[in-house]
Amino acid sequence: MPRTLTINGQEISARSDQTILEAARDARIPIPVLCHLDGLTDVGACRMCLVEVAGSNKLLPACTTRVQEGMEVRTDTERLRAYRRQIIELLFAERNHVCAVCVANGHCELQNLGIEVGMEHVRYDYLFPKLGVDLSHERFGMDHNRCILCTRCVRACDQLEGAHTIDVMGRGAKSLIIHDMNVPWGESITCTSCGKCVMACPTGALFKQGSTVAEMVHDAEKLAFLKAARERKVWNV
Amino acid sequence: MGKLRFASVWMGGCSGCHMSFLDLDEWLFDLAEAVEVVYSPVADIKTFPENVDVTLVEGAIANQDHLELIHTIRKNSRLVVSFGDCAVTGNVTAMRNPLGGADVVLDRAYQDAQLLRPQVPHDDGIVPPLIDRVLPVHAVIPVDLYIPGCPPPAKRIRAVLQALIEGKPPEMIGREMLKFG
Ligand code: SF4
Ligand code: SF4
Ligand code: SF4
Repeated sequence: MPRTLTINGQEISARSDQTILEAARDARIPIPVLCHLDGLTDVGACRMCLVEVAGSNKLLPACTTRVQEGMEVRTDTERLRAYRRQIIELLFAERNHVCAVCVANGHCELQNLGIEVGMEHVRYDYLFPKLGVDLSHERFGMDHNRCILCTRCVRACDQLEGAHTIDVMGRGAKSLIIHDMNVPWGESITCTSCGKCVMACPTGALFKQGSTVAEMVHDAEKLAFLKAARERKVWNV
Repeated sequence: MGKLRFASVWMGGCSGCHMSFLDLDEWLFDLAEAVEVVYSPVADIKTFPENVDVTLVEGAIANQDHLELIHTIRKNSRLVVSFGDCAVTGNVTAMRNPLGGADVVLDRAYQDAQLLRPQVPHDDGIVPPLIDRVLPVHAVIPVDLYIPGCPPPAKRIRAVLQALIEGKPPEMIGREMLKFG
């Protein structure tokens, strides 16, 4: 059954199983995302895609909210813009993002969103946590200083590779990405070294060893291609 | 309107922002027409003057001297501009913060790495003591404008200065004006 709703006053129709994000994208209405990645399930973790829905005093994540008949959605209000900038600033303050010496400089979704939300400085105190870099894997590296805990790597490893090597340990800002039962990545017995987690990562947290500053390009789109190809069983392009 | 009284200061940074400033090449002549340089690392002026219109601050607040000077700068300047990522975020200068206080890095530089008579310089008034935590400028004083970038490209610096000379707020929008790093 199709559903009819409005986004920013524009009337659109969507399938009943679609999320607000999917419906908006079909209608070419942009909504910023960070933890969402095409090809992976949505978890609503980063709150970048929050939208206003008439009749609800809560802001709802567009990626995990289904469309409903007659829904009135706003994606670009003053309030939402203020929150989005706040979220990005808090992500920058929480770990050590030194873009100038980061492998992902220029190829970073967090950096791009900073630009998009107009962040010229961070209003919050930087926490400067002491975090490590894991270079034990022969091909890849993990820099916890740059991790924003979006769990895109966790989902890519689980849902696309089926290895479930990666998980999250701890709570809140103290959470940490771990491999197996918190062993160095290079000692993981489940990792197939497929690199899907590296492709999925939006920041400089996961990288190919040997990439220098500003060199680390992630191929996140390839993951959506892999998933679609697997589902439809078409491999030749 | 008379000439803008213009200052630039070099705090805890590598001088890269000032190098990028010099990359303005021949536009520096136009700038010289529009401003009077009242303080800068490229001019031999010993004390920070009063009644400054615009002060660009390169670098983070990393030692006792920076901490004292930045308050004078704020008191004497109409507009204080955080100039480059070290001033805006702490950036590379602040990479010592996760390691702990100042002693950790001083020991690493002056004790651990030396074979002969390792010692931290300590004579009064010679080397300003490091403060324990490197801070972006706006964590110490109110800042009016921010020019991100490590270093900010010359075009970005020019766009900001041009606007200020014309008495307008600069438009800090988009990749050209806002990218860190
Ligand atoms: S991950 Fe992105 S935002 Fe963080 S330091 Fe690297 S380039 Fe900058
Ligand atoms: S390389 Fe592949 S298997 Fe190994 S952690 Fe990353 S996604 Fe999982
Ligand atoms: S390592 Fe990358 S993909 Fe994984 S949670 Fe951190 S930022 Fe996200």
